[in-house]
Amino acid sequence: MPEWILKLAKDFSTAFIVDNRWKYIVEGIQNTLILTFFALILGVVFGIIVAGIRTTYDKQYHEMRPSFAKALLSIGNAISRVYLTVIRGTPAMVQILIIFFIIMASSDNKMLCGIIAFGINSGAYVAEIIRGGIMSIDVGQTEAGRSLGLNYMQTMWFIVLPQTFKNILPALANEFIVLLKETAIAGYVGVTDLTRGANIIRGITYQSFWPLMAIAAIYLIMVLFFTWLVDVLERRLRKSER
Amino acid sequence: MNDKIIIETRGLCKYYKGGEIKALDMVDTKIKQGEVVVVIGPSGSGKSTYLRSLNRLEEPTGGQIFFEDVDICDAKNDINLTRRKMGMVFQQFNLFPHMTILKNLTLAPMKLLKMEKGEAEEKALALLDRVGLKDRAGAYPAQLSGGQKQRVAIVRALMMSPDVMLFDEPTSALDPEMVGEVLSVMKQLAEEGMTMVVVTHEMGFAREVADRILFMADGQIKEIGTPEEIFANPKHPQTQQFLKSIL
Repeated sequence: MPEWILKLAKDFSTAFIVDNRWKYIVEGIQNTLILTFFALILGVVFGIIVAGIRTTYDKQYHEMRPSFAKALLSIGNAISRVYLTVIRGTPAMVQILIIFFIIMASSDNKMLCGIIAFGINSGAYVAEIIRGGIMSIDVGQTEAGRSLGLNYMQTMWFIVLPQTFKNILPALANEFIVLLKETAIAGYVGVTDLTRGANIIRGITYQSFWPLMAIAAIYLIMVLFFTWLVDVLERRLRKSER
Repeated sequence: MNDKIIIETRGLCKYYKGGEIKALDMVDTKIKQGEVVVVIGPSGSGKSTYLRSLNRLEEPTGGQIFFEDVDICDAKNDINLTRRKMGMVFQQFNLFPHMTILKNLTLAPMKLLKMEKGEAEEKALALLDRVGLKDRAGAYPAQLSGGQKQRVAIVRALMMSPDVMLFDEPTSALDPEMVGEVLSVMKQLAEEGMTMVVVTHEMGFAREVADRILFMADGQIKEIGTPEEIFANPKHPQTQQFLKSIL
């Protein structure tokens, strides 16, 4: 057997088998998925709230009579715009460092910090995706709903949002995949995610090839899996159209 | 038809750009219960704006609208309750594409009138039967032709048992061979005594079904009369010109 194959095999063993180092990788996968999952949920929640405020402001504000609700909407809209501008205008890495070392400096729960940081970050992008989706629905749909006597919220909930969801699914899936990959920087603040797992092995073994190749492959497989999952969902949703 | 006024507009205005453009300019109209009023006029005359103001899809910039003796622009009036009694049919149908025909029809009565599912579906099927579409209840809007969609849209509005039906160019987006099926449903509705306000370019329908015709131009009502008066003997020069250009 050629010598380089033997060396690769030996390196593989050093990287993953000796001292059960594969456990760093498994733990990393778990943490990456947990981080991505909860950050996504938080992001979608933020996204819906911010998109809701922004679209309600755009569609309703000028027709509203002066009231407390109108003032509240105006303030909410202003806050939302600042949020979108700041989050989309600064690097995710910097945002995580700020959350970790300034805003939540007193917290020991690194995972929670990570979830909040990525959730806030993702929320801004999700908000714009949702807002774009809502705006893309023909105004006639809203008019039809309102003309039947449904109020603004009912029209949104039963008529506009279900159609929006179908339209934005690809963009949302893309955001999810971006988020999954972006969590690789969580290691910098001590979350033992997949990338951090590989770096720990590198630190112990002074070997880069296997740990890095392995996590690259794992990220790719995860992305392919979720892409496939979204495809299935999308096809299901489309079925009703024709 | 009796003499009870069901809709009245007083000095209805809709201005854009601070009055530079007057889509509606001091429009005074009265619509009686059971009456079929057809609004005609050149494009940009404000007839759609007028119709859409009646249920405040278009927010007027001035004037008053009374529906069943209530000022519906008043801050105390819940416009959503008013709209339940004013069915509206749109040029582009605006059916909900993500729902079956049956769900399109039952959504509003179930959510707003708290109708039971069974009762709502029964009513929907009965109405669909009347427009000849009972067998399409399970279809999605995309599977229907334009004429079928518009008949469904009319049924959707009727599901709320409205006191008035507003039609905003209901046949303008249809292929010519489908216009007849929609107009015949509307005619049937008129014969049953429904109060209707119809914006249309179908002069045959106007002549045959309308009790009164409003001619609009430049955001104003230029002439009101029976079909005979308007078609046979138009008084206003703009009415004469309009009719000459289309007939």
